[in-house]
Amino acid sequence: MAHAQTEAKPIVDREQALDWLRQMLVIRRFEERSAMLYQRQKIGGFCHLYSGQEACAVGSIGVLREDDYVITAYRDHGHALARGMEPRAGMAEMLGKASGCSKGKGGSMHFFQANRNFMGGHAIVGSHIPLAAGMAFASKYRGDDRVTICFFGDGAMDQGALHEAFNMAGLWKLPVIYVVENNLMSMGTHLHRHSAVLDLTQRGGPPYGFSASVAVDANDIEAMAETTLEAANRARAGEGPTFIEAKTYRYRGHSMSDPMKYRTAEELEKARERDPIALYEVVLRERGWVDDEGLELMQAEVKELIDEAIAHAEEAPEPGLDEIYTDITVSPHIPQE
Amino acid sequence: MAVIQYREALNQAMSEEMERDDRVFLMGEEVAEYQGAYKVSQGMLDRFGARRIVDSPISENGFAGIGIGAAMVGLRPIIEFMTFSFSYVAFDQLVNNAANMRYMSGGQFSVPIVFRGNSGIAGNLGATHSHRPEALFSHFPGLKVMMPSTPADAKGMLKAAIRDDDPVIFIEHENLLGDKGEVPDDPDFVVPIGQADVKREGSDVTILTYSRSVMTSLKAADKLAEEDVSVEVVDLRTLRPLDMDTILASITKTNRCVFVEEDWYYCGIGAGVADRIYRAAFDELDAPIQRVAAKDAPIPYNRTLELDILPNVERVVEAVNSVLYR
Repeated sequence: MAHAQTEAKPIVDREQALDWLRQMLVIRRFEERSAMLYQRQKIGGFCHLYSGQEACAVGSIGVLREDDYVITAYRDHGHALARGMEPRAGMAEMLGKASGCSKGKGGSMHFFQANRNFMGGHAIVGSHIPLAAGMAFASKYRGDDRVTICFFGDGAMDQGALHEAFNMAGLWKLPVIYVVENNLMSMGTHLHRHSAVLDLTQRGGPPYGFSASVAVDANDIEAMAETTLEAANRARAGEGPTFIEAKTYRYRGHSMSDPMKYRTAEELEKARERDPIALYEVVLRERGWVDDEGLELMQAEVKELIDEAIAHAEEAPEPGLDEIYTDITVSPHIPQE
Repeated sequence: MAVIQYREALNQAMSEEMERDDRVFLMGEEVAEYQGAYKVSQGMLDRFGARRIVDSPISENGFAGIGIGAAMVGLRPIIEFMTFSFSYVAFDQLVNNAANMRYMSGGQFSVPIVFRGNSGIAGNLGATHSHRPEALFSHFPGLKVMMPSTPADAKGMLKAAIRDDDPVIFIEHENLLGDKGEVPDDPDFVVPIGQADVKREGSDVTILTYSRSVMTSLKAADKLAEEDVSVEVVDLRTLRPLDMDTILASITKTNRCVFVEEDWYYCGIGAGVADRIYRAAFDELDAPIQRVAAKDAPIPYNRTLELDILPNVERVVEAVNSVLYR
């Protein structure tokens, strides 16, 4: 089972490495099976898949502590699973079931899990970036040394909310790590058509006085982990926010309804040559930490885990109609009708 | 009981709650070193320090979101909008995040936050600074909306808002900030959310109203009393959730109703309240509900035009006479 780290860990021992590989496989399989369920109309709404970006979530969240806060945007399945969400809770949410991680009220774009400090997937581009600063503000206010990590796509770089939050995060040296997962596409608009400056590290950290602004190859999970750990250490030491440009690539369209006419088969094939999971398998084989047999066993376990999650989700009950009026306010909600 | 200003009552409410609970802090533009653009937070920086009285950049969207994030992890922020017109810059944070967070997360995250500041048509400020956002925010399930009319209510209602575990939109009125009144000094004096108040007893007509229009309505009631018309003035105080018990008790007593509000007529608060009264107590009414609201135009700078847009005593008297068929 994927699980969040109990302590901020050094990079990296065999057990840790194999767990990271396994987490990436869980995310990949969870999402590819979700695509099939979406096509069979079991999953509704918008469904934004993370395939190709797994090393970014697993490598970064993997070096954080359990009491750190993790918040992300609408492409949130990977971050939730990397944070230790049970695949069955995620899959039940996709199917809108009562046992889903948000009781079937959130859906694909709004995964939440409070007991793992997974502060949610948020579906208005850039809107959650100030929330992350608020969580970091709370850590500073209380004098604890928790860190908040906040993920968003390159499209969010163009939102005013990001720049307002960055300004205050830098001004007040808040313990927050902002990770732009630069997959080069703001929905269907390539970076060179939505950003005048293509080096996002120039747009992110320096104008706001961050402690660092760094680019990292996010297909390399250990590079991602190392960069994040350094950022977390700076944040805990009171040195303020770090901006990380995680260079990545998504294999699928923006959402399941996106036919991806803006990219060629050759481009996709080239990207897949640097698949983060395959790359890490090679690394771990070279270290002698895994072999064919070990990989096959791991894949079989992951397959079984996801099969079980889907079976659970399909069989799980729908929320009762009385759930319409619960969870609106803490005190009993009085419908104004 | 001491006689203090509405703005001082707000200050007392925040200060007492901050004294009581370290999780409460105030953030906004000019709230600290400048002592508050409208002097509501005067003296609070000296008393509580810069950790808890936080001057923000002019970034409503940003600091509203910071407040929500802090609330999600257990703090109890008070976010001041210098005027509520500026809250529209942060509209996304208020309605997409604060109002929805608990629901979207299946009840896992509460957002105990107060967004407060003044609103209203206050004197030659032109269209942008004269908004009345109450109907807008009252539309959203997940938000609570309060608008005090007196200094005592300002204190008791703000304390209730700060103690509440849900996001509260707390709208003050610029023209009431200097009003004086008796205010209890009991630190546990709280006016509960969702409790209307009969500001004047009467038997012939009920005026339902809130905020500054309470004062306009009370003046109209005085004038009508000279003609032996007995008007009951009910101050809604909380616009969401509505105190239907108090409203219906008054309608049942007087059988006639006028709604007075400063916001625009179309889709205004009165429209929603009238609908609920018609469906709950149509048979109690001896006349259609009359509504007095601002005229349907952006608010002009010119003082003569501006005053003409506002509900005034004459219009309220006219509406009362109309439901009495006088």
